[in-house]
Amino acid sequence: MIRKYKNIKTAAKGYAFISLNFIGVIVFWMIPLIFSFIISISKWDYSKGIRGLKLTGFSNYVEMWKDEWFRASLVNNIIFTISFVAILIVLSFIVAYVLNEYVIGKKLAQLGLYLPYIVNVVAISAVWLALFSTNGPILNIIRSLGIDNPPVFIADIKWALPTVILICVWQNLGYTVILFLSGMINIPKDLYEAAGIDGATVLQKIKHVTIPSLSGTTFFIIITSIINSFKVFGLINLMTHGGPGTSTTMLVYNIYRTGFQFGKLEFASAQGVVLLLIIFIITWIQFRIQLKNEGVV
Amino acid sequence: MKHKKGKILGTVFVWLIALLCIMPFIWMISASFKREADVFAIPFQLIPEYINLNNFKEVWFGKYNYPLMFLNSIKVTLLSVVFAIITSLLAGYGFSKLKFPGRNKIFLLYLATMMVPPQLLMVPKFLMFKEMGIYNTHWALILPAAFSIYGVFMIRQYMLQIPEELSEAARIDGAGDLRICFQIISPLCKPAIVTLIILFFTWSWNDYDNALIFINSKDLYTINLGLVNFMDETGMKYALIMAASVITIIPIFIIFLVAQKYFVGGLTAGSVKG
Repeated sequence: MIRKYKNIKTAAKGYAFISLNFIGVIVFWMIPLIFSFIISISKWDYSKGIRGLKLTGFSNYVEMWKDEWFRASLVNNIIFTISFVAILIVLSFIVAYVLNEYVIGKKLAQLGLYLPYIVNVVAISAVWLALFSTNGPILNIIRSLGIDNPPVFIADIKWALPTVILICVWQNLGYTVILFLSGMINIPKDLYEAAGIDGATVLQKIKHVTIPSLSGTTFFIIITSIINSFKVFGLINLMTHGGPGTSTTMLVYNIYRTGFQFGKLEFASAQGVVLLLIIFIITWIQFRIQLKNEGVV
Repeated sequence: MKHKKGKILGTVFVWLIALLCIMPFIWMISASFKREADVFAIPFQLIPEYINLNNFKEVWFGKYNYPLMFLNSIKVTLLSVVFAIITSLLAGYGFSKLKFPGRNKIFLLYLATMMVPPQLLMVPKFLMFKEMGIYNTHWALILPAAFSIYGVFMIRQYMLQIPEELSEAARIDGAGDLRICFQIISPLCKPAIVTLIILFFTWSWNDYDNALIFINSKDLYTINLGLVNFMDETGMKYALIMAASVITIIPIFIIFLVAQKYFVGGLTAGSVKG
């Protein structure tokens, strides 16, 4: 009896300790999430407050496809994700590898690489807008190379998306390099030494030692980069507003545009649910592969 | 010999990339000290012949209310960090040191929620905040940040490594759980706490998305909204805009330089934001 009482007391203490955070998480994460689903399957007359909410089923999910901007966002975002992740992974792997092996002034170079990652997106947009402006240094350099009519990059329908992709790679490079570096530091040195004794060249060492040892890290980086690439918003809203045309609109940007600039909160929520589904599927794949790997090893 | 060649090539390559990362900021700082007419002058001058301090003067003391927005950001950031650390420590202690039914299930729920991108919740939060009366107040930025899922996750992981005997000994000495949590266990979590402080600070200070949606009045603007507003009002005056940008970066930059070790640790550990 006394023991049971003690258990109840510890249990109560446990709930008390997590309660503050848990209530906050319920209010600011879980309820909005459920609410988001509800809005996405309803028509809403906002002027009547919560009573104006009428459930209508999944018609919003059907109708949102009629929106050219949504379709463009989905296509752009997929192009963005594939190119962003591919460039980012390859480049950051090379930089991390070289950084780990050779570089003079390693610490200082690392500091420089992280810089774009820690600066707020507004200042980053401001400086790139200036650098890319018509009289700005980038176009000046290209002109001085003898190209008379250089593309105006972020204002050019063909160049805008590649430019945004490269700026995002630039912004995230330092972070991915750290992740790779922290993985590389853990590779035992004798693996390289053994390969060296066998007469392996640098490329062979990378292929047979570094890459296999980093498969877990690489996989983690790919998944988080994919997920992050579906969240890109600030840069788009500040630099291109999805334009020119619909050339740089992305999923989160379009949710903002649909919901807050056009006031169609139902469509915005439905698009949000689609985004959540995409991220859920990617996470699920990650989870499955991880389980499989752990089962094999 | 071969090794030396590789070292030089590698150094050159990495430094080129690092310079690409730094260059825009160097250009930014350089432009912030230039006269408007000199910003795009050819040839480029790293250190302008005429060093112009008026840009900073105009940004800070001009009609743009920049000091107020800077203070707003400091207020929002500090309160967010303090609340988030306290709730993370309490819940992290609960999830790691106390036993109660459903503990693991609730924690799993936390992990699942961590996956949800915050931007997805823009619309429902906007509507809820209006109902709750915190729309267009700083609480709309502070409260969501104060209940960090990621913070709980990290503190719990750290506290799990601290041996149970410590809390037992304290309990025998008659200490309550609150005391054990804050006076015995928390001080041992210093590295995790410092890392979290830096992460929370960076997230709050750099937050643009939430401020854009939940803050409407100009006198409540945080520094990021202030900078956007400044860009809208000054148009193409790049020297001024660069000076205004430099100001928004300074606090993060100082923290970065002072606590670089923790910063990097936080980045590798802090791969999921929540």
